[in-house]
Amino acid sequence: MAKILAVDDSASMRQMVSFTLRGAGHEVVEAEDGKQALGLAQKQSVDLVISDVNMPVMDGISLVKELRKLSNYKFTPILMLTTESAGDKKMQGKQAGATGWIVKPFNPDQLLATIKKVLG
Amino acid sequence: MGVDLSQFHQVFFEESFEGLDLMESGLLNISVEEPDSEELNAIFRAAHSIKGGGGTFGFMQVSNFTHVLETLLDEVRAGQRQLESSHVDLLLKSVDCLRHMLEALQAGEEPSTETADHLKADFERILSGNSETAAPQSSSNEGATPPEQPPPPPPQSDSGDQSGWTISFAPNKDMLRTGNEPLRMFREIKNVEGVIRLSVRANVDKLPEFNLMDPEACYLSWQLEVYGDVKLESLKEVFAWVEDEAEIRYQAWDAQHQPASTPFPQHAEQKAPESSEAPSSVSAEPAAAVEPPTKEQPVAPAKAADPAPIKAVTPPAARPAGGADKGSSKPAEASSIRVSTEKVDSLINMVGELVITQSMLGQLGRDFDLGKLQDLQEGLAQLEHNTRELQESVMKIRMMPISFVFSRFPRLVRDLGQQLGKEIDLVLVGESTELDKTVMEKIGDPMVHLVRNSLDHGIEKPDKRTAAGKSRRGTITLNAYHQSGNIVIEIKDDGGGLNTDRIRNKAIERGLISATDTLSDAEVHDLIFEPGFSTAETISDVSGRGVGMDVVKRNITELNGTVEVESELGLGSVFKIRLPLTLAILDGQLVTVGNQIYIFPLTSIVESIQVDTNNINSVGGMSEVLQLRDEYVPIIRLYEAFNIEPKSKKIEESLIVVVEHDAEKVGIVVDELMGQQQVVIKSLEENYRKVDGVSGATILGDGKVALIVDITSLSRMMGHKARLADSFAA
Repeated sequence: MAKILAVDDSASMRQMVSFTLRGAGHEVVEAEDGKQALGLAQKQSVDLVISDVNMPVMDGISLVKELRKLSNYKFTPILMLTTESAGDKKMQGKQAGATGWIVKPFNPDQLLATIKKVLG
Repeated sequence: MGVDLSQFHQVFFEESFEGLDLMESGLLNISVEEPDSEELNAIFRAAHSIKGGGGTFGFMQVSNFTHVLETLLDEVRAGQRQLESSHVDLLLKSVDCLRHMLEALQAGEEPSTETADHLKADFERILSGNSETAAPQSSSNEGATPPEQPPPPPPQSDSGDQSGWTISFAPNKDMLRTGNEPLRMFREIKNVEGVIRLSVRANVDKLPEFNLMDPEACYLSWQLEVYGDVKLESLKEVFAWVEDEAEIRYQAWDAQHQPASTPFPQHAEQKAPESSEAPSSVSAEPAAAVEPPTKEQPVAPAKAADPAPIKAVTPPAARPAGGADKGSSKPAEASSIRVSTEKVDSLINMVGELVITQSMLGQLGRDFDLGKLQDLQEGLAQLEHNTRELQESVMKIRMMPISFVFSRFPRLVRDLGQQLGKEIDLVLVGESTELDKTVMEKIGDPMVHLVRNSLDHGIEKPDKRTAAGKSRRGTITLNAYHQSGNIVIEIKDDGGGLNTDRIRNKAIERGLISATDTLSDAEVHDLIFEPGFSTAETISDVSGRGVGMDVVKRNITELNGTVEVESELGLGSVFKIRLPLTLAILDGQLVTVGNQIYIFPLTSIVESIQVDTNNINSVGGMSEVLQLRDEYVPIIRLYEAFNIEPKSKKIEESLIVVVEHDAEKVGIVVDELMGQQQVVIKSLEENYRKVDGVSGATILGDGKVALIVDITSLSRMMGHKARLADSFAA
């Protein structure tokens, strides 16, 4: 199955996302902020990145920008976890190069259904 | 798949409480005039996480309420609104309110939302006030209301009887660069509910000459024929992420309209020119942008699509509640501990080493001969090393910095100070001093009581202070440090100090002492710890509710700790709490007296010396003192204290262990020093009864029981009650 990088500064969200994804048979790598995620992404290749937007050190939008600069991650699906349902953050995310988004609150089933969209 | 969300609740609560603490300390620090943007961001993020988690884990009350906080913070953060001190007050109240709500939820109860509703109304008043963002309603819609978004169903959408759709899909050249892959979307359409068949036709008109082609760009566009009874929203959902990166048109087939015939070829060619027309058929765009991800269930239960988002969240919320009923939620709160991964990693590492040592020793034991004695000794040394390290690491897991307790005081002092009309600075010292988690959990309440007491009875009103020639602002200092295997916590104020006369009178009035008793100041001060003693002239709601210092003292004694007060009239008071660092293990120095082994806490030992009689003076023919360089140190003969026969009663044939307690030195005469080792403390009180001069016992390697000497109690017992250090000397 896919290798997924889950980025969120909130431990409970991260655990929920990882648990759900692992339960569906995926391999999950976790990071607490954008910078950590970027480091992990450079060390290994992942098939999908799921990232929160508001995080300390490096936020999700900057993470997407940085990832898109890496040749390995030019076309990798990147999903943003966002509570902002107003278009603002989504637009910023898309402009930075995010593939799509998952609006919080979401439940595990919604999460799995969403990632199914981007994992061939 | 059914993921039980309740398993994440504990983590959510813990991080939310941490987030609230962070918000609180951030709000207390923040300068209203020029808020630091990093600090604002941190506060915002904390609120944001609580809101997001609250929604995800089914605590909508929390999520909805936090939303208004977040909105306000976001406006301030974005520079759209000037922070005011009333905002800070309101935010602080909200922090309290959220804490209560979360505590209730953690305990498996339904939280009252009354306070939250009031506060929320206040926020909405602020938000609707001078904000250009219009009505509070709309601003609060921004994030929390996906629940009620009414997706204006475009004409075609409810016409589920239609037999199909034609979709023209023309991505921008750059769409692939965001990781959106058309093939995946087409595949997804096949999974949309009601789709019977899908045919896809690519349009290659825009494909440039091969040598002009950018391999990363998308030049193709597509015509899709979707056969079946399909809802428009379901189709839009598939393309929701690329709405801004592609031209997408949806055309429903008329009843008679046979798809294959007319529509697409035409559309295919007109796609570009028709783009102006596109909006009309995609008119629900903004709404669509809001809804799709929340309804991301193309594969899942069919009809659930519409009553989607919120309903979808609630069932998991109900499930955990049921799970919590089984009784796990409350004990879990009391027993969980957060440990940094580093500490756990080092533990695992050490266990690994332990296993290696064990297998090495095991192998050695299988075919042992005397030639391998040295190997055996090395192995055992290794084992000892491993065990000690492991023990230390395990202990460290329980140790937490006292800042966890201290951090609640800035808020308390601020609020109480305001309430009492006193100006008070709080100084925290030694916040990183570590102590055992169990001890820490129990010391919070007594400390709160003492701090409240200092605020209420200690520090004077500004005018009174100025009149007394002091600065208007009072200072309360919390100080924590380690001393001889204990942690000492001082609560010091520069207020009026204890009034000995008043305490005396009160005590006589209460019948605690008789009018003829002569007591030293220190003894009078100690009276405040007597049950039922309260000198507050008027009983305020801050302190002095009769549950007083006696309760504080009892709580501390239960922890094997002590509390004492030093005070000087007009200058202030210091309450000193002394607690064992941990209730389990002690670094000990073994000594012998006669045929007994005693243990001294290693941390209390200053030095061990051999002296001759010249260095010993008798004071008044009663107690002896040792001249130690330029100091005189009282001497206690341990054999006298415990009434046993020593090897020798001659001081020159004995050793003196100089120990320090309460900044006072005492020399203790013993026969000999033995090794140093860590000992596991067994309570004498639990197994026998309290014994003066002894704090506990332990079992040595050879199975013998050794008593652990309690220096403070020993010297008190021997009549050398140490004078309390005078902290007011300066």
